[in-house]
Amino acid sequence: MTTAAVGTVHRATALAQALGRALRDAMAEDPSVHVLGEDVGTLGGVFRVTDGLAKEFGEDRCTDTPLAEAGILGAAVGMAMYGLRPVVEMQFDAFAYPAFEQLVSHVSRMRNRTRGALPMPITVRVPYGGGIGGVEHHSDSSEAYYLATPGLHVVAPATVADAYGLLRAAIASDDPVIFLEPKRLYWSKDGWDPERPEQVPGIGRAVVRRQGTSATLITYGPSVPVCMEAAEAAGAEGWDLEVIDLRSLVPFDEETVCASVRRTGRAVVVHESTGFGGPGGEIAARITERCFHHLEAPVLRVAGFDIPYPPPMLEKHQLPGVDRVLDAVARLQWESEWTSEGGVR
Amino acid sequence: MTVLEQPGSYRPAPPPAWQPRTDPAPLLPEAEPLRVLGTPAAGGLDPVLLGRMYGELVRGRRYNAQATALTRQGRLAVYPASTGQEACQVAAALALEPQDWLFPSYRDTLAAVARGLDPVDALTLLRGDWHTGYDPHEHRVAPLCTPLATQLPHAVGLAHAARLKGDDVVALALVGDGGTSEGDFHEALNFAAVWRAPVVFLVQNNGFAISVPLAKQTAAPSLAHKAVGYGMPGRLVDGNDVAAVHQVLTEAVRHARNGGGPTLVEAVTYRMDAHTNADDATRYRSDAEVEAWRAHDPIALLERELTGRGLLDEAGIREAREAAERMAADLRERMNRDPVLDPMELFTHVYAEQTAQLREQAAQLRAELAAAGEPSPACREDDGPQEGRRR
Repeated sequence: MTTAAVGTVHRATALAQALGRALRDAMAEDPSVHVLGEDVGTLGGVFRVTDGLAKEFGEDRCTDTPLAEAGILGAAVGMAMYGLRPVVEMQFDAFAYPAFEQLVSHVSRMRNRTRGALPMPITVRVPYGGGIGGVEHHSDSSEAYYLATPGLHVVAPATVADAYGLLRAAIASDDPVIFLEPKRLYWSKDGWDPERPEQVPGIGRAVVRRQGTSATLITYGPSVPVCMEAAEAAGAEGWDLEVIDLRSLVPFDEETVCASVRRTGRAVVVHESTGFGGPGGEIAARITERCFHHLEAPVLRVAGFDIPYPPPMLEKHQLPGVDRVLDAVARLQWESEWTSEGGVR
Repeated sequence: MTVLEQPGSYRPAPPPAWQPRTDPAPLLPEAEPLRVLGTPAAGGLDPVLLGRMYGELVRGRRYNAQATALTRQGRLAVYPASTGQEACQVAAALALEPQDWLFPSYRDTLAAVARGLDPVDALTLLRGDWHTGYDPHEHRVAPLCTPLATQLPHAVGLAHAARLKGDDVVALALVGDGGTSEGDFHEALNFAAVWRAPVVFLVQNNGFAISVPLAKQTAAPSLAHKAVGYGMPGRLVDGNDVAAVHQVLTEAVRHARNGGGPTLVEAVTYRMDAHTNADDATRYRSDAEVEAWRAHDPIALLERELTGRGLLDEAGIREAREAAERMAADLRERMNRDPVLDPMELFTHVYAEQTAQLREQAAQLRAELAAAGEPSPACREDDGPQEGRRR
């Protein structure tokens, strides 16, 4: 599976449209679902994800708010306290930062603070990640901030079906969900049919996108297609790579990840987010703690460099690409096998 | 044809899109803080309401004293007293209908108690056995909020949601003078005004944000003037005059209830005690300043009014004080019992459904407790979500 080359499918829905469809279906099904954010009404959002919602459901259900992210999320907290199910759009990853205090001090803690009396069924949609030629503050991979905050779920779809299915699940969840939308994949299509949305596993379940035996690539969001491409290319080198799409970082599906790594004995974690303090460190640590005796090599990470996100003309050096993934795979200490198997792998 | 081609034809005019949005004059606050007690306006007040306010003020003063004493005995981790601000606290609670919501800050325990919250439950946060010791739905009191002004957008969102559902609900949000400098204050007021949400914002200007005086906090003519910038009315009231605060808040609540949108009320008062029991107020203010405010004490102001009009005598004063003593004795007695803690509850309410990681960590703690001979009181195998349990 890659995100390209599906032009032959007669119903080609882009990932962004599937997100819009998920919002529409959720709003039609449940009158307590409200969409709010900057430009989500008349304009339909800067990525057009909310296109048509204000027209179909009215401006009270899909609301253009003042330009103030803390106010948007703070108001969503009050709306959730009164029994609504707000879906908040943060216009870009880096523009979500003003809402950080509301998120960390209230959204993530309110259920716990009140012993369950005030759950926070809020979905925060965050267009995230690089690769679209965006200028400064438009390409951050901010997931590490969110997954370090107890009380939040953190989800990132990579396929059109998951975009629809996971967003429906996020809106239906009684817990706050940070829904990271890979901007780079907004216009990707993979033959998903909006009239027959396939069932996808709920939040917290990873998916094996490609089965393999030599090593496991563990990834999510915009890096999933990169890893799929790397896995195809790796065949020529004699490596049969397994690719796991985590789909959600919190809850983290340790079971699927560990089952794969125990089988393959080697793992590379791939993400755009910076490496130091990034999700890869946590994932590598968990694999090491739980699969140590199955490992043939240290768990490696392919991540963004530990630098502020580069300007667009330099971003290709920051984003983990196929070559960098294959280089990491090559460093998984295959020498031990060459020795035992006479140099053949 | 351009202007340059027709010399003399140009007449200055506003840019095409410009039009006045609203007339600021009706939004301006009072020139000086509104007073009712000791003025002719007090004559029209309901004696029953005044009597109730008196009882609540006396009880509130005693509550502040008792809670402060409990910090010295180690029964409270900390207590930010509202001594001197009881008029604001009581008036806020009495201005609301049962279906309305109160959004208190950490200094507003008393307002929550005056609204009907159990005095012990209201202190859970400050005792430290849980963060919020009550079900907010029971008395429509949001959790006491520690990060400054962050509860204000919640009040706006809740009031907005209620209005969308067609419910007759007003939200009253409390904040201090320091809190008005926070970004959330600005965003909340702006959202409320744009949405015409049924919210009332009460700023208790008690003179200090811990040690920083108002002069270092704002250059505005008054905090109430800030309302004009948002297109909502500002009101300025003597925060130690319980009748005046109650009147202004009641009018603002009615205005909101009738679809008129939000109001910003600044109540000018004074924090007689230090910021908390851990603070030393002598480092930043003089005794003379405190004494000047003591002469303007909210209880004394009301007592003078009531006794002057023959609505209160020595027996009435004694009765109010005795009722307050009974409350204090009950508070003391119940606060001196050790709360029953269940460490396993740490994992119960993080998510609707526990993650695998939390189940594992809960098992670790359960094992540690068992090894230490202190098994969890509930000692359940399943630490999944359950109904909120008290104490």
